[in-house]
Amino acid sequence: MAITRDDVLHVAALARLELTEDEIARLEVQLNDILAAVGKVSELDLSDVPPTSHPLAVVNVFRPDEPRPSLPLEDVFANAPERDGDHFRVPPTGETAA
Amino acid sequence: MAEWEPVVGLEIHVQLKTRTKMFCRCANSFATEPNTQTYPVCLAFPGTLPTPNETAVEWTLKLGLALGCEIAARALFHRKHYPYPDLPKGYQISQYDEPLCLDGRFTLPGPDGDSEVGIVRAHLEEDAAKTIHVGGATGRIVGAAHSNIDFNRGGTPLVEIVTRPDIRSADQAKRFLQLLRQTIVELGLSDAEMEKGQLRADANVSVREAGETVYRTRTELKNMNSFNHIARGIDAEVRRQIATWEAGGEVVQETLDYEVKSDTVTPRRRKEEADDYRYFPEPDLVPLEPAAELLERLKAELPELPGARIRRFEREYALPFYDAEVLNGSAALAALYERVALDGVDAKAASNVLMNDFVATGVDPAVVNAQELAKVIGARATIPRATFAKALAESGDPEFKADAYLGEALVADASELEPLVDRILADNPGQVAAYKGGKEGLLGYFVGQVMKETEGKADPKVVNDLLREKLG
Repeated sequence: MAITRDDVLHVAALARLELTEDEIARLEVQLNDILAAVGKVSELDLSDVPPTSHPLAVVNVFRPDEPRPSLPLEDVFANAPERDGDHFRVPPTGETAA
Repeated sequence: MAEWEPVVGLEIHVQLKTRTKMFCRCANSFATEPNTQTYPVCLAFPGTLPTPNETAVEWTLKLGLALGCEIAARALFHRKHYPYPDLPKGYQISQYDEPLCLDGRFTLPGPDGDSEVGIVRAHLEEDAAKTIHVGGATGRIVGAAHSNIDFNRGGTPLVEIVTRPDIRSADQAKRFLQLLRQTIVELGLSDAEMEKGQLRADANVSVREAGETVYRTRTELKNMNSFNHIARGIDAEVRRQIATWEAGGEVVQETLDYEVKSDTVTPRRRKEEADDYRYFPEPDLVPLEPAAELLERLKAELPELPGARIRRFEREYALPFYDAEVLNGSAALAALYERVALDGVDAKAASNVLMNDFVATGVDPAVVNAQELAKVIGARATIPRATFAKALAESGDPEFKADAYLGEALVADASELEPLVDRILADNPGQVAAYKGGKEGLLGYFVGQVMKETEGKADPKVVNDLLREKLG
């Protein structure tokens, strides 16, 4: 399986990246190199190994449902590029997740 | 003309009312000033890590058990990627192919027997933040100058329930949602108020001709924020699809909004690219393996659920389905009914009074002294109508005592009522003539006059007897 130019453009669009022609060509090569390096794993017979979703043999890590104070507003907005009153101001969005 | 059958599946989101958010310890309360319930985790500051809320996981399992689901031996959180600013991490922590609860069955009692709605899954995820569109005429997305984000809701626990396409009418969808809501409320997991967005439902709708065994193309219907709107939205979409097929057209898979005012559905703007959520296991969270002892405890904690209670009311109190369903519209009303009925009051009479007169008073059934209320209901035929109504209206007072109302007996002495009856007949010669001419329905008119003059204190039986005697 190789990464094509279309794959690079698709991933760039998902990440909202604007790439130059040079960058597209370079990333196509680099992504294929990375894929090939990781692909070494498939030389092993892993038919009996369940997919690893986490490297630690730990399950059920929780915290109790007890509130603690939230951040003061000046810290909340310390890194905000734009602020409208006590809201984060963002460009008009065509879509929301909820 | 072919006979068409609607095929509906529902996707429901419920906000859990845990004290804290899903992955950080901000208070789970967004009825406060914007962005005051936020923390580096729910604001997605770099380097922060999520810590799962144990109560939210337990409540999801409890709901799964109540829905007859199988609980996964092992479940995972996944990242679901979206590019929108209400999810500042760039992804939502959700569940994908290994959810907590799978393959359930929810029994929906109906007037003509039970129906069953299959549950595909119930999983736990985090809610997105709230986006407010600023500028533009309508406050909607189109034409907005910019958007403001309030992260108080961001990262709060949300359960998603997906049903199988087992629902066959808009009315059944509405009744399923109402009973599901009631179940969730009684389990104490959420207030599940639709108008507050605590319970949201989308519908997957298709139609097919009677007898067909495969499903046709479905559409996804959104933007419905009450049970009635969901039923009307489904009806509107079913009508549209039937008209499309019958005109020789083809239903296409798309997302539609229901517009209440025009009672029609409109397609959402289609995206240029298909969604690409790039699900993968959340590396910052370890797997969930619900322990057998935990599941035993949660099962033991499950109360009698409203669906089962409806059937028990029908059985134990010989009530019609309608009564059993209305009385079970709240756990407190159902409990009050049982205490009144067990106190020796006729079961159907108690049901009539509670469903109608009592509910109309707005008194909270949870605070009523059932024994005293039972006495009042038992004596309803012997006290004036107005006194009875007053007793019900005051039944929520801590000092409520039946004796205060029972003292005021009806005037049942015929000799006391006779002069009044005579006067009313004398004042209404026209009606008397009409009655004697065969309009016997006018008896009610005369009874009404007597009741009016006595302010409801005359014994209706004595008045009836007197009137019949005088008019006969």
